[in-house]
Amino acid sequence: MWIYEKKLQYPVRVSTCNPMLAKFLIEQYGGADGELAAALRYLNQRYTIPDKVIGLLTDIGTEEFAHLEMIATMVYKLTKDATPEQMKAAGLGAHYANHEKALYYENAGGVPWTATYIQAKGDPIADLYEDIAAEEKARATYQWIINMSDDPDINDSLRFLREREIIHAQRFREAVEILKEEQGRKKIF
Amino acid sequence: MHTHHKSYQPYVSPFDPCKPMIEKTYSTPPHLYIGFQPPNLPQFTPMEALRAGTLWKAFYDPWYGPYEKKNWGVPS
Ligand SMILES: [Fe+2]
Repeated sequence: MWIYEKKLQYPVRVSTCNPMLAKFLIEQYGGADGELAAALRYLNQRYTIPDKVIGLLTDIGTEEFAHLEMIATMVYKLTKDATPEQMKAAGLGAHYANHEKALYYENAGGVPWTATYIQAKGDPIADLYEDIAAEEKARATYQWIINMSDDPDINDSLRFLREREIIHAQRFREAVEILKEEQGRKKIF
Repeated sequence: MHTHHKSYQPYVSPFDPCKPMIEKTYSTPPHLYIGFQPPNLPQFTPMEALRAGTLWKAFYDPWYGPYEKKNWGVPS
């Protein structure tokens, strides 16, 4: 069960009306390496992974939902006052036709989210390696979005999110080390 | 100390259609080098940590885009 705090993990401010940036950010909302995929991947893997790392998957999976909320806030702010004309010019004409200003779980190319983006192999090492890869890919996605964005406030929030991906990757790498440990041997870290 | 960026020079053809980018870079963040986190690493203050996205200075590796001034955020 979860307890909800009615605030964002990190403040989201948007300095310029730029619906095209919303189109790019949607990649982290409903894309293969986005926050929704991350949250669902980790929370689902918890049931068939050794006890020692279940808590880590719960913590990180939960935090991914906090990131999802930040991305949603950015997309909403960037599009809420855009005219249909501006949506069209930003490449969001197809989105507008189907969803108006509503958010939708899709990637930057408009492809809807699918469960095939995530895996649950039941093999702890295979699953954790997927998680590490997912974090590095999310980190890279944030880099490419920051590279295209000239909004200093959005970039500040995206920089925070990218740093979190680094920390998540670190913790998943540590989880692999924990599972590699020979049983009964004294730990030396 | 490891660098957090690496670079290489891809082959440039005399017939390349676009102005060649002589040097390509990629990110190699600090967590690639640390292994299991050792105890007693230096920490940010709580306020700095909230801005940085990490409590641990060793894992801090901010990314800046081409349109922004670098290092106006958390001291490193
Ligand atoms: Fe993450």
